[in-house]
Amino acid sequence: MSKAAGLLILDYWVSPFCQRVKIALNEKGLQYEDRHENDLFGGKSELLLNSNPVYQKVPVFLHDGKPVCESTIIVSYIDETWSSPPLLPPCSYGRAQARFWADYIDKKVFDATGNIWRSKEVNVEAKNEFIGILKQLEEALGDKDYFNGATFGFVDIIAIPLTCWFLAVERIGGFTVAEECPKFSSWTKRCLQRESVAKALPDPEKVYEFVLMFRKMQGID
Amino acid sequence: MADEVVLLDFWASMFGIRVRIALAEKGIKYEYREEDLRNKSSLLLQMNPVHKKIPVLIHNDKPICESNVQVQYIDEVWHDTAPLLPSDPYQKANARLWADFVDKKTKGEEQARAKKEFMESLKLLEGELGDKAYFGGENLGYMDIALVSYYCWFHVYEKFGDFSIEAECPKLIAWAKRCMQKENVANSVPDQQKVYEFALHLKKIFGIE
Repeated sequence: MSKAAGLLILDYWVSPFCQRVKIALNEKGLQYEDRHENDLFGGKSELLLNSNPVYQKVPVFLHDGKPVCESTIIVSYIDETWSSPPLLPPCSYGRAQARFWADYIDKKVFDATGNIWRSKEVNVEAKNEFIGILKQLEEALGDKDYFNGATFGFVDIIAIPLTCWFLAVERIGGFTVAEECPKFSSWTKRCLQRESVAKALPDPEKVYEFVLMFRKMQGID
Repeated sequence: MADEVVLLDFWASMFGIRVRIALAEKGIKYEYREEDLRNKSSLLLQMNPVHKKIPVLIHNDKPICESNVQVQYIDEVWHDTAPLLPSDPYQKANARLWADFVDKKTKGEEQARAKKEFMESLKLLEGELGDKAYFGGENLGYMDIALVSYYCWFHVYEKFGDFSIEAECPKLIAWAKRCMQKENVANSVPDQQKVYEFALHLKKIFGIE
């Protein structure tokens, strides 16, 4: 593992967006300080508010004190600053495809999970929308091991942390991803076997507990 | 082999405008194809099966979708002229952040609350511009392209929302006018009055008050 001066991530344990950054850093073999924001609902740290004045959200990645915000942008920054191993394909067209799918995942997946777990009653429309999105991603994956091809990369990093929320979605929605989207499920298992991923992601059972607590707080349960 | 570049687009689309500006900045010759959004071509549906939206950039028969992805692609492929993104990764990240902010925040609506949020977003953007001629520094860059594409719609928001952007954000309007003086931008952006008439037409069709 190589040490690079002053790498810090402002983190919140359940945030899949923070986990993207950690996986990227792990893939690059970089050591970093993982600083936890304990209270995102009222007591954000000064450092967070100062380094991300626009959105005031985690993750924030600080490289020698200079802040980079927005998880997908942070992952690109990490890839461009530390070039080995590369997370994006070498050709421009491949990179455009990767950025397209990262954008698709950003726009669609987390909100679709929210439509299921924030819903009081079982929402069939939300479930179908969610499955539709995963099927679209299955098509993008095709017969490849990873979205990038034979090697784990950018799009895989953007997508995999979101899967920690799928257990909650399955339990509340009353279905399983393995049954509806087996290819996606295989890809998930394959990614979880990587050390860089496994050590960055929380236990889905804990995420489920968090969702239940959130539902109670919001009066959904 | 000569490059074959086709752009499937709609004249009033702010996302299409971005790609037009980027292609013009790089001096790339391309075929512009106007799409009827109520009757999308089979080529469009084939080239963008996921979103079925314009703009679609087709380079040597290969499609690239999503305006910010397209602009970055153009910048990488035709990298020896008019760089749009900075080469320094930190500055690149900053340009991407603000372009992303533009997309997240500046969706125009007619409600008063949205107007306040819209103006706050514009003020933040003015802050980021500072005393620079362009967001990109001395030259037009990625972030300028992302935001100036909305400029022809500002007139619409002003009229619908009954407020003046220039009164609240004079620096930003000065920046926009500066961009519009560039031939590549002026030729890529539709006439504000035409866009306003189009928006009125949409309002009528959808029965929005």
